[in-house]
Order: sequence, then structure tokens, then C-alpha cells
Amino acid sequence: MHVPDGFLDAPTSIATGAVAAVAVGVALRGARRELDDRTAPLAGLVAAFVFATQMLNFPVVSGTSGHLMGGALAAILVGPFTGLLCMATVFLVQCLLFADGGITALGTNIDLMGVVTVVVGWSVFKALQRVLPKRLSMVAPTAGVAALLSVPAAAGAFVLLYAVGGTADLSLSSLATAMIGVHVLIGIGEAVITGLAVGSIVAVRPDLVYGARPVLEKRELVVRTTAEATAP
Amino acid sequence: MRRASTKVVAAGVLLVALLLAGVVSRFASEDPDGLTKVSEDHGFADTEKARDSPVGGYGALTGVLGVLVVLGLAGGVTYAVRRREPSDDQS
Repeated sequence: MHVPDGFLDAPTSIATGAVAAVAVGVALRGARRELDDRTAPLAGLVAAFVFATQMLNFPVVSGTSGHLMGGALAAILVGPFTGLLCMATVFLVQCLLFADGGITALGTNIDLMGVVTVVVGWSVFKALQRVLPKRLSMVAPTAGVAALLSVPAAAGAFVLLYAVGGTADLSLSSLATAMIGVHVLIGIGEAVITGLAVGSIVAVRPDLVYGARPVLEKRELVVRTTAEATAP
Repeated sequence: MRRASTKVVAAGVLLVALLLAGVVSRFASEDPDGLTKVSEDHGFADTEKARDSPVGGYGALTGVLGVLVVLGLAGGVTYAVRRREPSDDQS
């Protein structure tokens, strides 16, 4: 869903760029609390994994493909602030090295596929974790549901931006229907990949998964001062 | 059961990322993605201002290069901002 140059007008692109800059600034501060001896070694790798997986377009409906966005995945693996840093790095490299996503749209892409997917993915994950049984086996399916919802949320956010600063005159309701419809389907792929990736690491080292820590602490009855209250 | 060390997990994630970018990527769908397809169907695909990739777009080799560049950048940034004393840093 990389937005190229030209889809959104200049004022909108400047505004999304400013929002992205602020979000990355906030993430740089917030990540400090998340990155400890366990998460720090994995953060760069999570970004690399998201980059690799974004290359893998899978077919969704006839003539249309989609790929992982990865914000929910990154947030659950290394924390939401660090996750956003990972996502911003991916979009920066894609934009500058691969011309994937416009230069003036870099902020837009960080906002849509970074900020929106991280915030929606992490919020849904934490909300579900609060009501679901605190078991390690629940972490991967919960991550999958969070990932599924994060994708149409990003698509919906694109439609809102297009309503504000789209360069073509078109029916916003049909744009919304088309964008959200196809991205619900892409979200299913996002859910499968996110569930598999989170489940694999939970299986070997659950303590390395940021989003699994509350479950681990409850299970092991260990008070860890490192993981402070993770209320959003 | 003995737990995998952090190094083993990290090596595993890197290996998977390199395999996905360098090998599995050749099986990726060539069809337009969701937004591109919607832009074609809704008649605003031509508003895109395309440009050339300095490395010639995604391929097995450039994908591996991209993985390593992202790893270096994101790893560097997160390493720089990480908490240095994990247990008693409240400043």
C-alpha cells in the first residue's frame, strides 16, 4: 500500500511529513524504555524481517496482491515505540533505495503503514490480552487478530487522507469500499504471517517477545522491575 | 527443555529474513497491490509520479542488500537509544 508521489497534494504531504517526524521523535524517546538486554538485539532484526516480508506479495483476489505491513508484528515483538522505529527505517530504505513509495509520500507511508498499524495493532492486542486467558498459547492468535484489523485501518486512514488532499476527483465512498474491502483480505494474510512469526519466537524464547511478558510474569510469579506497567 | 540462546534466535531470524528476500521473493505475486489496483480501477493511477530505483528495484540480490541495510540502520538506531542499565534506570 505504498503511496507514490502525486496521489496526495503538497499541503497534505507536508502535514503527513510533520506528523511522521513527531511520531518518530516520540518513538525515539519511548523506545528507550522498551529496549533492554532482551529486546535490543532483536530490534534491528525485526526491521530486517519486516523489510524482507514486505517483498513477498501474495495474491488476494484476481489480479490483486498484497503484502505484510508489519506494524502489529513489530509492536508485539519489540514494543510499540521500538516497532515504529523499525517500520520507519523500512519505509526510509524502501523509498530511497528502491523508489518504493514516493519521496514526498514518505511521511504519509510512515503514518499509514507505521503509525496506524502500530497503534491499532498494539491497542487491539493489549485490549484482547486484558480479557482473554493469560496463557502463552494465546499470544500468537491474539497477535493475528490485531494484525488483521491493523491493515483495513491503514486503508481507511488512506481514504481519509485522500478526502483531505487527494489529487483526483472521485467518489470517496466507492474508494473507501474498494480500499477497505481488499485490505480486509490482505489483512488475513497479515494475520497468518504475524501469528506464525510471533508463535515461532514464543515457542523458543517467549521472554524475547515484548507482548508476551505480562503473560510470562503472571505464569512465573516473578516481579520484573524492567517491565513497568504497559498501559497504553 | 533448554532454551535457545538469544544469539541462536537472532541468527534464526536473520537467516529467515535473508531466505525470504533472496529466495522466496522470486515466487512473489507480480500483480499490483491493493492500492495500485484500486488506483487503476478508480482512474487515478495516472496521477502517480513514478521514478527509478537506484538499485534497479527488488530482486534476490538487491533484496538481500536491503535486508542488510535495514538491519544496520534499525540495529544502529535502537542500539544507540537502548537503556544501558536495564534494572534500575528511572531517570
